Amino acid sequence: MAVVHPAPRSALLEEALGPGGPIIVFDHVQLAFDDKIILRDVSFTLKTGHTKIFLGASGAGKSTILRLILGLLKPDGGQIFVNGERVDDMSEDNLMAVRGDLGMVFQEGALFDSLSVRENVGYKLDEELNWVRSDADARVQEVLGFVGLGEFIDRRPSELSGGQRRRVAIARAMAAKPRILLYDEPTTGLDPITAVTVDEEIIKLRDLEGVSSILVTHQLRDAFFVAEHTAVRQGQDIEFPKASPEKCQEAEFIMLRDGLIAFEGNAGELRNAAQTDAYIEAFLS
Amino acid sequence: MGGGLVEWLKAALLEVQEYVGMLSLTARGIVSRPFYYRDVVQQFDAIGVGSLTVVLLTGLFTGMVLALQSGTTLDAFGARSMVGRLVSASIVKELGPVLTGLMVAGRVGSGIAAELGSMMVTDQIAALRALGTDPIRKLVVPRVLAGLVMVPVLTVIASAVGIVGGWIVTVFVLRVASSVYWNSVVEGLYIQDVWMGLIKPFFLGFAIVSIGCHVGLRTTGGTQGVGRATTNAVVASSVAVIAVDYFVTQLLIVLIY
Repeated sequence: MAVVHPAPRSALLEEALGPGGPIIVFDHVQLAFDDKIILRDVSFTLKTGHTKIFLGASGAGKSTILRLILGLLKPDGGQIFVNGERVDDMSEDNLMAVRGDLGMVFQEGALFDSLSVRENVGYKLDEELNWVRSDADARVQEVLGFVGLGEFIDRRPSELSGGQRRRVAIARAMAAKPRILLYDEPTTGLDPITAVTVDEEIIKLRDLEGVSSILVTHQLRDAFFVAEHTAVRQGQDIEFPKASPEKCQEAEFIMLRDGLIAFEGNAGELRNAAQTDAYIEAFLS
Repeated sequence: MGGGLVEWLKAALLEVQEYVGMLSLTARGIVSRPFYYRDVVQQFDAIGVGSLTVVLLTGLFTGMVLALQSGTTLDAFGARSMVGRLVSASIVKELGPVLTGLMVAGRVGSGIAAELGSMMVTDQIAALRALGTDPIRKLVVPRVLAGLVMVPVLTVIASAVGIVGGWIVTVFVLRVASSVYWNSVVEGLYIQDVWMGLIKPFFLGFAIVSIGCHVGLRTTGGTQGVGRATTNAVVASSVAVIAVDYFVTQLLIVLIY
């Protein structure tokens, strides 16, 4: 009988699918809506515990990348892997299992406005995972405490401020303890002070809970804050000192432009690139 | 000109394809797990109990005006005592189902399209999927089941109230004896008419709710889009009520008469 040799995989995929490999891989992903090309050729990997920060102008396809990871959209070409599973050609039923390990914070929060904060945050535990009521309540209290909104448990989303809604959305995304969190413009439209409270939640989840994250934003201040700070427990309090240079390596920026990756590297490299690349300079200034 | 027509046809075909796709997923959602019982109960309440007042009022006044109109017409033939026959036959076979359908289309079809439409444009539907919930099972299945069960129930209530409304006018305005009216009502009804009055609303309820869900889930374009979707849902489901009523009536005449 003839031996069937599988098609050779790219070095990127070999690494990704090997032991301890990255948990999200994009391999030459392409996507267009009608005539408009959104992603021309995008490849990157997200490693466990690391952060990828996507920058780019509006309409550059940043949010699209998050929807592709969740399987809410299908690419026209290329492959996408999440936790070693190929999701770009997966059926909706099988995707539900992959989504179990993903938490998504939508732009504006996308909270269910017919449900209370308690029901929003506990949604997945109650409806999909069928947790016992007391366990779900305890977990909801815990995550709402984590984002500092414990006393808002009985409110409706319409009674919350913009910043509180984003933090409830973060609480909802983390309630079922996913290992990967995706943030879509979590600080857009917030004042700088409130934005920092949201940034701190992202840092806490990454550094205290070991969550890998992808952050899509065009708020540079927040992007650099998340990349260059770390969370440390000091007794009861949590502090956010500057991260060590090694720690800063774990946060990588990707700048999208015309459907391609125009820049990939850490915060320092991004600042350096701005001195030679007019587009990046315009973006950072 | 020709290009525009082709584009329009393409869009219409795509719409039909999406609608049929949603219906097949809904059918699968009804017979397989997970099944969201709580949402089903909620929708039975929202669609059934919530529509009761409007359906009661519509039924009552339709029965009353029908008695009034037919009373004056029948007078010309000296047949005022036949009012009950006319009222019961037209209400049970036709007006009960259709008017209930139209009222539910206005109240429930628009509500569903507006609710699902705003969930669509605020990413709540995407959030449901991201949290591992199939929006068809969570949102569409409960509404379709509620439409299938509650529209027939509402129709029976509307028809019953309509006949009572006819009785009020016949006795107090037309001065016909109560027993004459009731005898005439019973004489005017055949068992086939009752079947027709019971079978038609299943189809109407299904059409109204499934159109509302389909239009809602296809909403794009922000709050303006939600407004458009609501209007489209009411127009489409109202026309569907009248059209489906015609075809099902035709079918039932062949099958049971």
